[in-house]
Amino acid sequence: MSSFNQKQILETIEMIKIHHLDIRTTTLSLSLRDCMSQDTKKTAVKIYDKIVKYAKNFVSLANEIENEYSIPIVNKRIALTPVSLVGESCDNCDYVYIAKMIDKAASEVGVDFVGGFSALVDKGFTNGDLRFFEQIPEALALTKKLCSSVNLGTSKSGVNMDGVLKTADVIKKTAILTKDSDSIGAAKFVCFCNAVTDNPFMAGAFCGVNEAECALNIGVSGPGVVSSAIYDLSPEADFGQVSNLIKKMAFKITVAGEFVGRKLAKKMNIPFGVIDLSLAPTPLKGDSVAEIFKAMGLEQAGAHGTTMALAMLNDAVKKGGIMASSYVGGLSGAFIPVSEDAGMIEAAEIGSLTIDKLEAMTSVCSVGLDMIAIPGDTPNSTIAGMIADEMAIGMINKKTTAVRIIPVIGKNVGDKAEFGGLLGYAPIMKVNPYSSLDFVKRGGRVPAPIHSMNN
Amino acid sequence: MEENNSNQIIITVTGKDKVGIVSAVSKCLAKNLVNIEDIKQTIMQDNFVMIMLCSIEKMTVSFKEFKDNLLDLGEELGMEIWIQKKDIFDKMHTI
Repeated sequence: MSSFNQKQILETIEMIKIHHLDIRTTTLSLSLRDCMSQDTKKTAVKIYDKIVKYAKNFVSLANEIENEYSIPIVNKRIALTPVSLVGESCDNCDYVYIAKMIDKAASEVGVDFVGGFSALVDKGFTNGDLRFFEQIPEALALTKKLCSSVNLGTSKSGVNMDGVLKTADVIKKTAILTKDSDSIGAAKFVCFCNAVTDNPFMAGAFCGVNEAECALNIGVSGPGVVSSAIYDLSPEADFGQVSNLIKKMAFKITVAGEFVGRKLAKKMNIPFGVIDLSLAPTPLKGDSVAEIFKAMGLEQAGAHGTTMALAMLNDAVKKGGIMASSYVGGLSGAFIPVSEDAGMIEAAEIGSLTIDKLEAMTSVCSVGLDMIAIPGDTPNSTIAGMIADEMAIGMINKKTTAVRIIPVIGKNVGDKAEFGGLLGYAPIMKVNPYSSLDFVKRGGRVPAPIHSMNN
Repeated sequence: MEENNSNQIIITVTGKDKVGIVSAVSKCLAKNLVNIEDIKQTIMQDNFVMIMLCSIEKMTVSFKEFKDNLLDLGEELGMEIWIQKKDIFDKMHTI
């Protein structure tokens, strides 16, 4: 005897059709540790062949699953071992050449993005890392699907401030090289404190050196499902009730994500990795984390109380999601990108949301200052100051924080940057006009923080 | 949970009520040897809602081809039709 529950079926269809429930990303994590050699071309060919070998059926199988369950799988991506490590043993490594070959492989297999053009320099640079940093801007400017990330600090070892300054230079150079398309290159680059090794989300996905040969990591979505459920609650419902409701919705979203992920991993004949419990918004109306703040009772994202709303949301999503999945990993928290979230864009445009408030919000959620457009003439030292602040929040609070900021060359406060697609558009936001130069140019490393007396 | 679970699908048909919906959908299922195991049908806020539990164990065409056929039929009838494997519902809504 088999049966079905009419209410559950209609609810699921409504979640997908009206509230944009989808699987935001399926990311194939792929180790490149066996691609090293002494010759750039040889290494690049090995990488190309490996990507094509493992991912050639990835997109078609994902589409098959999508069709069987009528649940959209929005992105198919690949995360690689940090390329700085893979190329380091090549004589005078041409990282840009490797970048182009990775981009070519990505087009060949049809994935949306490839991450892992990355370096881990939280405690300092090797000679290879220095060479790699110099080549990031050109690599990003000459490729379409490549994403780059660097880890600049950890709670265990402190923050590499030389790296922070160099990263600000990388961001600015990349922005200049891609100035004809609103400096979009900088949107494909992110720097971290406490980077995670199994993150499925871009631009920061890479396959950590501790990861297995390959695995399929999943990132779910669903801010629209959460906000509509809260709107349906009575306005008098207290925080306990709101939190409980978010947990229930997070449970459903996570189960759907893990279910689809495991089906796809099985079809691809690779292990399932982790599910990342992040509520990832898109520029579509209703698919917005800012809308959840409104549903909770705030007039706009950025109003006083937003940090608390986000803290509660983040915590409840984790509690509901962890119950639903055996392996949770990645960044796992609510994302608050500006350009990718219609509600955040609106709040930034009317002045409710400022960079300072966004920074405060990042202390209670993943991930950081994300997809924020700033004036193109912002000094590198100011960008370095912003990165340093964000690294400090991550280092002290033992969490992942990140900066993905776009100095839009030729634009200023009052203008708009158009990135297109899932990256959306962003109003140029005001930065603090006072100088950070003498501070950031001190260089060296901020020592690791004390891990007791936590006040 | 049933062992043949992955062979079970849920077909959801919604839209404005009219003569011949059940007949047209059933005909399409029979043609492809898709067996109906259960049907629930109601009118919700003037809308026709029919949910069918079917087995595709003996289906004669690929899942994609069958789904495309049924979606085309939905367009002809002016009805919205969703076809999904059933196991996702069992997972999502039970602990």
